[in-house]
Amino acid sequence: MQHALLRSEDQSSDGHTMVDVALSGVTVPEHKVAAVKRGSAGDVRFRALTLAASVLVLAVFAGVMLSLAMGAAPAIKAFGFDFLTTQYWNPVTEKFGGLASIYGTLISSVIAMLLAVPVGIGIAIFLTEICPRPLRRPIGIAIELLAGIPSIVYGIWGLFSFAPYFQENIQPWFVDLVANVPVLQDVFAGPPYGIGIFTASFILMIMILPFISAVTRDVFDTVPATLKESAYAMGCTTWEVVWRVVLPFARTGVVGGAMLALGRALGETMAVTFVIGNAHHIASSLFAPGTTISATIANEFTEAVGDLYRASLIELGLILFFITFIVLASAQIMLRALEKRAGGVQG
Amino acid sequence: MNFNRRIYNRRKRSNAIWLVLSALAALFGIVWLTLILYSLFYNGFSSLNADVFAKMTPAPGEAGGLWNAIVGSLIMSGLAVVAGTPVGILAGTYLAEYGRYARLSFFVRFINDILLSAPSIVIGLFVWQVMVVNMQSFSALAGAASLMIIVIPVVVRTTENMLLLVPNGLREAAAALGAPRSVLIKAVTWRAARAGMVTGVLLAVARISGETAPLLFTALNNQFWSTDLTKPIANLPVVIFQFAMSPYEGWHHLAWAGALLITITVLGLSIAARLLESSKRS
Repeated sequence: MQHALLRSEDQSSDGHTMVDVALSGVTVPEHKVAAVKRGSAGDVRFRALTLAASVLVLAVFAGVMLSLAMGAAPAIKAFGFDFLTTQYWNPVTEKFGGLASIYGTLISSVIAMLLAVPVGIGIAIFLTEICPRPLRRPIGIAIELLAGIPSIVYGIWGLFSFAPYFQENIQPWFVDLVANVPVLQDVFAGPPYGIGIFTASFILMIMILPFISAVTRDVFDTVPATLKESAYAMGCTTWEVVWRVVLPFARTGVVGGAMLALGRALGETMAVTFVIGNAHHIASSLFAPGTTISATIANEFTEAVGDLYRASLIELGLILFFITFIVLASAQIMLRALEKRAGGVQG
Repeated sequence: MNFNRRIYNRRKRSNAIWLVLSALAALFGIVWLTLILYSLFYNGFSSLNADVFAKMTPAPGEAGGLWNAIVGSLIMSGLAVVAGTPVGILAGTYLAEYGRYARLSFFVRFINDILLSAPSIVIGLFVWQVMVVNMQSFSALAGAASLMIIVIPVVVRTTENMLLLVPNGLREAAAALGAPRSVLIKAVTWRAARAGMVTGVLLAVARISGETAPLLFTALNNQFWSTDLTKPIANLPVVIFQFAMSPYEGWHHLAWAGALLITITVLGLSIAARLLESSKRS
């Protein structure tokens, strides 16, 4: 077969291409065959190029994992499992434990989520059910735009505006208020520094709020109008429609969106670094300075001297990457399932 | 009758309470976000003057501007977008066209969406190990490389989404005319999805223009004018970080001015992306 050289991804099992079959028994002028061959060769090259680009995405991910693991190896060897359970962080004696950073990362993100999720859902309910119609789009767009503001802006606002005000006006008053309440007197205690774990959590909360609201509103918008109208026709109040129809329908999406926000909060650097205080110490009080993984790396990496010090910081990075990977992967899985269901409803 | 009235009243009450709470939540969020924007614009504009665009970053206590940082940021963002966009578009094209149902695409989508929200500081650590250690110097190139890694997933995601919106009828029409698939993609689907793909690039630029964490130990910073790509380079986010953390009043003002510039850039890009998208729809 003179056209057997033609290559195509649609090659059948016996080696003949579709072009072969189509052209068998037909006389085609040579220059036309050449044109088809050129197009086909270009096709193969282009396909290979796009494939290579997709594989590059995987390679970047693998590269990040590998390089972090290799960079962290000296610290993993030196401290082993103790790295996860001790909060001793001393560059002079080269003894490092990451517990204070890990604790700070988790606690600040959890507090931020506890505040942001209910408020974010409230905003979404407001936007989809209560807000006067002409205002819905502008407010929705404003919230989406705010979700794109770089975290460093939230960080310097926290440092220059929020922290000083909080330190002078709210913190002392609040510490006095709970001074005789068991448990709370330990959780909110200590001298008013302004900066600390709570301030960092609060800034994080404000930062992820637009994101959560926007995602939740989008999920609420996918609730079929007939479902809501049926509930209203049964005599449900607005709140009953939200609580019994909208929320159950949108649950997976809201949880998935919240997990995405949690992934962001865990890895957030700039909103936190300004106001956390950078103290490698786990205090019982949320008003005390602390640190997070990303803040530790941001503050110390360029000045870290000594291989073990650097390796310990990279190990912290590896741990952060691992935690966020799990959170983000779970979010993906939930949102993918949702997409499938939404596709099923429409189709 | 009485019994019913009690239930009705209870339902009405709880409805009112929860709706008021929702409205309060919205108010709470809007108040904080307004406060942030207000103090950003107030402090930013009062610190913004012609010097910001004319002078270099100053030593403590001296007057100066942010010009070298602005140029450094532009250089690195430019390089990152120029290098990252083709990769992102090609990968997105594979996901939407050649490998729409391939098993590989499933993994690529999954990993891409994780990279999309992965902690950017970790990407800085990666580039530090691969480039800074080997070149034995912090450099503008390393900074651009870490920004590029952030650009790619954004462009991949938007490109795929936009290509998926192109009706299959268009593809079939081109294929029926005998167009090879590569020609079909380049001449038909890319053209049909062009506005959306440009939107993706704009969003990617918006995303990297405020990125600080990955630049801290790749591009580092430079107090002086430098456009040498193999040397540390000044850039707005790191300058803002260092100046804000310093005890000097003058540096604080410049940090606010820098933050304002970044915010205006990001908001401008997002609004442009939005307009482009809606003009496409109508």
